[in-house]
Amino acid sequence: MMYNSEFEAMPRDEIEQLQIERLQTTLNRVYRNVAFYREAFDAAGVNIEKIKSIGDLKELPFTTKEDLVKSYPYGMFAVPLRDIVRIHSSSGTTGKPVVVGYTVNDIRNWSELVARMLTAGGITNHDLVQISLNYSLFTGGFGYHYGAEKIGASVIPASVTGDIEKQIMIMKDYKTTALVSTPSYALAIVNTMAEMKIHPDELFLKYGLFSAETWSESIRSRIEERLHLIATDNYGLSEIIGPGISGECQEKRGLHINEDHFIVEVIDPATLRPLPPGAEGELVFSTITKEGFPLIRYRTGDIASLIDGDCPCGRTLMRMSRVTGRSDDMILLNGVKIYPSQIEEALMKHEHVAPMYRIIVSSEHDTDVIEIQTAIPQNIVLDEMKVVLQYRDTVRAKVEAAIAMPVKITLVEHDTLVGLQGKGRIIDRRQEE
Amino acid sequence: MLRIRNLESGYGSLRVLKGISLHVNSGEIVTIIGANGAGKTTLLETIAGVVAASSGEILFDGRDLVTLSPERIVAAGCSLVPEGRQVFAPMTVRENLVLGAYIRSGREGKAAVAEDIDAIHRHFPILKERDGQLAGTLSGGEQQMLAIGRALMARPRLIMLDEPSMGLAPIIVRGIFEIIGRLRAEGNTILLVEQNAMASLGIADRGYVMETGQIVLEGTARELMENHDVQRAYLGKEYRSIGEGRG
Repeated sequence: MMYNSEFEAMPRDEIEQLQIERLQTTLNRVYRNVAFYREAFDAAGVNIEKIKSIGDLKELPFTTKEDLVKSYPYGMFAVPLRDIVRIHSSSGTTGKPVVVGYTVNDIRNWSELVARMLTAGGITNHDLVQISLNYSLFTGGFGYHYGAEKIGASVIPASVTGDIEKQIMIMKDYKTTALVSTPSYALAIVNTMAEMKIHPDELFLKYGLFSAETWSESIRSRIEERLHLIATDNYGLSEIIGPGISGECQEKRGLHINEDHFIVEVIDPATLRPLPPGAEGELVFSTITKEGFPLIRYRTGDIASLIDGDCPCGRTLMRMSRVTGRSDDMILLNGVKIYPSQIEEALMKHEHVAPMYRIIVSSEHDTDVIEIQTAIPQNIVLDEMKVVLQYRDTVRAKVEAAIAMPVKITLVEHDTLVGLQGKGRIIDRRQEE
Repeated sequence: MLRIRNLESGYGSLRVLKGISLHVNSGEIVTIIGANGAGKTTLLETIAGVVAASSGEILFDGRDLVTLSPERIVAAGCSLVPEGRQVFAPMTVRENLVLGAYIRSGREGKAAVAEDIDAIHRHFPILKERDGQLAGTLSGGEQQMLAIGRALMARPRLIMLDEPSMGLAPIIVRGIFEIIGRLRAEGNTILLVEQNAMASLGIADRGYVMETGQIVLEGTARELMENHDVQRAYLGKEYRSIGEGRG
């Protein structure tokens, strides 16, 4: 099922024509209306009239998160504030948040794009969609809400609450058929259901759309098994639009990108050069229909690759792999790129919750070495040295298989790893030495 | 049907079109709106081969029109109804229509042309009434109908209309737009250039907004009507104060 097959299954040459028209239009508009872009293009010596194909995109400078933070709050808006009908913003965990404005047309497009994702995930107007995402400055709740309404589904705006038992009660009593949440929230629901002794057969779930976090295939299997639903991955970014950039269809062979609204590139984060399909690198998006907050070559920091070739679902839209990590988490080890997500995936095979670990990189005799500290699972009795060592060796084998290089595994106390996130999980001692 | 990429053209050293990309699908009405001097007429004249393109491509059903003469472009199925109701004033209405078919009358003979004139008369009954009258004596609205009828005589697959409402009374404009809507309903494809954005967006499927030889906005007719820049600049809905803070 497609929500809008005219665009989702458009012949490639027509998509390309649409993209070049819309890119040129957007460039003409940002050059006229956004001082940042006028200055950036002039400084880079780029004449936008010379951008004649999608391949010419590489002539244009990038836009970074820092650029957006510097223009706080409204510096990057391409229309006067009174044309803006909605304001969302990114979390701003470090420094100022990024403020994003939407016009009437932006909101309508956004709703349609999310409606496409929901339809690709299996949802129809017969479904009861429980949206367990925050309804706030964060784009998740409202984005899915409007998309689900557009389809004509019954929307349950459950939002995110600490009271997970209540979410489960709603799911059971209101006969929710589709869950939209973060993967970690879905796992919390799984765990609480176990405590409440509720069997998934007591629920009516069929589909789940999960986003806003990187999550591994093992987490997907666990959610699918424990909630008895088909789980699909969605990708969104509040700077670009929120949910609606890309999402998996039922084939689960990559996320279809809404290319009639966004042009995707994957670049090498080190050299900044565009990479061909199949090569992993940083996702870069240009918006080509947004009126309020258009972005040219925005570096997302998210790591993925593009997938060439046809999808059995019939969509002609280019696919991207699931996001495997952040470019700022990338570790270069003896010239080989490693992402914490690879290690996480290997550790996942031994634990049933998100693994806790720390990566320590150092240099010995001019060779980079990697050590992973991970917690001892609670079901292992520490006294039994043999079992502990056996566990350590199995973990080492899995991680070495995942990253294809030797690794040292150190088992540490659970408490020492609590609360470590993102970059905090990586210690790089190479510069110190 | 029509696919234009990076089209540039102008007059002598004057660059008017600075890289236009647009497309028209079969059966659509697509409108180009923009202020006087934005380059709308030049765009249609470049497609029609009257003004030479300096670079870019114009694909019409996959065939590049850029190197073709105006006659060959008409023969390919792409007709322009020029601005200002250019009819041949000293000739009769019927003679004007016959002229419109000259590109094919040699091949198909007079019977086919007469049949087509009958078809035009069904569209525009007034032209039948004025059949023997000199075109120069027609009213403005009648002349516009004759200009459209003459273009239809070439049996185009794409009809390009340049400012069909210009200088006509509102009630006549309504009539002309009704005819454009009817032409589309019969399967014609239309590229419509208009300063009367309200009327043209009212019947169009999609549109492009031109400003100084570039396209600055595109979208469905609804999207353009709901865009505040379009409302302020072309629909007269709001006054935009000068120096309003932006970016």
